Amino acid sequence: MSGVTSIHLVGNALLVSIQDDVTDTEIVDLQDSLSHRIAEESVRGVVLDISALEIVDTFVGRVIAQLAGISRLLDAETYVVGMRPAVAVTLVELGMYLPETRTALSLTHALSQLRRG
Amino acid sequence: MPQSATATVLNILESHFSLIVEEWLGTQVREGVKRSDLFSDAESRAQNAELLKSFAKGVRNAAVDSDFNLEDAAWEDLRAVLADVTKERVNRGVTPTEMATFVLALKTPLFARLEAMREDDPAALIREVLLVTRLVDAFAIYTNEVFIAEREQIIERQREEMLELSTPVVELWDRVLTLPLIGTLDSARAQEVMENLLQTILERQAEVVIVDITGVGTVDTQVAQHLLRAAAAVRLMGAECIISGISPMIAQTMVQLGIDVGTVSTRSSIRTALADALKTVGYSIQKHREA
Repeated sequence: MSGVTSIHLVGNALLVSIQDDVTDTEIVDLQDSLSHRIAEESVRGVVLDISALEIVDTFVGRVIAQLAGISRLLDAETYVVGMRPAVAVTLVELGMYLPETRTALSLTHALSQLRRG
Repeated sequence: MPQSATATVLNILESHFSLIVEEWLGTQVREGVKRSDLFSDAESRAQNAELLKSFAKGVRNAAVDSDFNLEDAAWEDLRAVLADVTKERVNRGVTPTEMATFVLALKTPLFARLEAMREDDPAALIREVLLVTRLVDAFAIYTNEVFIAEREQIIERQREEMLELSTPVVELWDRVLTLPLIGTLDSARAQEVMENLLQTILERQAEVVIVDITGVGTVDTQVAQHLLRAAAAVRLMGAECIISGISPMIAQTMVQLGIDVGTVSTRSSIRTALADALKTVGYSIQKHREA
C-alpha cells in the first residue's frame, strides 16, 4: 500500500513527496510504482521532495540511491530537493554522498534546471 | 572545667576579632600574597573580616569535632563568602598558590593566640592546633576547588565565544554565501561550521557557497576530510560548494597526501571563486570605465 506517498506529474517530471512517517514497506512499494510511472509517462526527471523527512538511516539513504539508479536506467534524471541540514549531516556521516542523484534547494530550482536540460 | 577545643577557638575568634584580622593581613603581607597591586587595603580588610565572621559563625553552629564537614548547612555562609572572595581574586588574576596561602595565612595569628593561652597545657594546645589546622586546611582546599571551577568556566566561555566568532557565514550576494575559515579546523569546530553553514543555506536559499581557506594554516588529511564532508553536505542540500584560497603550498601537500577532492570545485583565490559563483546565479562583473 502506497497511500502515504503519492506521485504527481508536474511538467515533464514526476514529483514524489516522502513523508516523515513513511514506513520501510511503503518505500519499497514506492520504488515499484515509481518505476512503472516513469516508464509509462516517459518523463525527463524525477523530483524527490524530502523536506518533510527529519530522520534518515542507511535504509532510506540506500532507497534514494536505488530510486536514482532505476530512474537513470529509464532515462530520467533524479533530483533530491529540500533536504534538511540535519539530514544532510547524517547522510554524510553515514558515508552516503548520493553521487548518482542531483540535488536542488527546492522544487522550483529542480524544475528550472530540468527545463534547462 | 577545661574548655573544649572548639570553645577555645570560638573564644579567640570572638574576643580578638579585629586583632586577628590585622595579623592575618600582616601574615599575608609577609608571605607576599596580599597583592596590594590588585586589592586596596580596605578591600583586603573587608574580605578578611567577612571571612573571619563567617568562620566564627560556622564554629558556633556546626560540629567541628570528628563529624566536621564543610558541606554542612552551618558552613553555608562561609562557603558562600569563600566562593565570592575566590571568584573575585581569580578574575583579578591571583595565582592558585597565592589564593591557598592567603587562606592558610590565617593559621599564624590563631596559633600565636593559642600558644599564648596554653603555655601550661601542651596537650590541649596540640588538640586545638589540630582542630584549627583541619578547619583552615578544609577552607583552603575548598578555595582551590572554587578556583579551578571558576577558571574552567572562564576557559569554556572563551572557547564558546571563539567558536561563535570564528564561523561567520557572510552573504556576499543574492544566493551567494561565503565562509572564511581562519585558524585550525578540529572536529568540534568542523561540526559547528557545517551546521552553521547548512542552516544559513536554508535560511537564505543560497545556491553557491564559497568556503575560503586562505586563513587556514595547514591542511592535513583530517582537515581535508572535514572540508570535503562539508562540501558533500552542501551538495546534498542542493547548493554548490567552491573551496577557495588553496595556496600552491597547500595544493602540493594535498596531492602528496593523496587527497581526492572528487567533484568539488577548488579555486586558488576567492576572487575567481566569486566570479564563478556570480556566473552561476546569473550575474557578471563588468568593468565600468578605464581607471
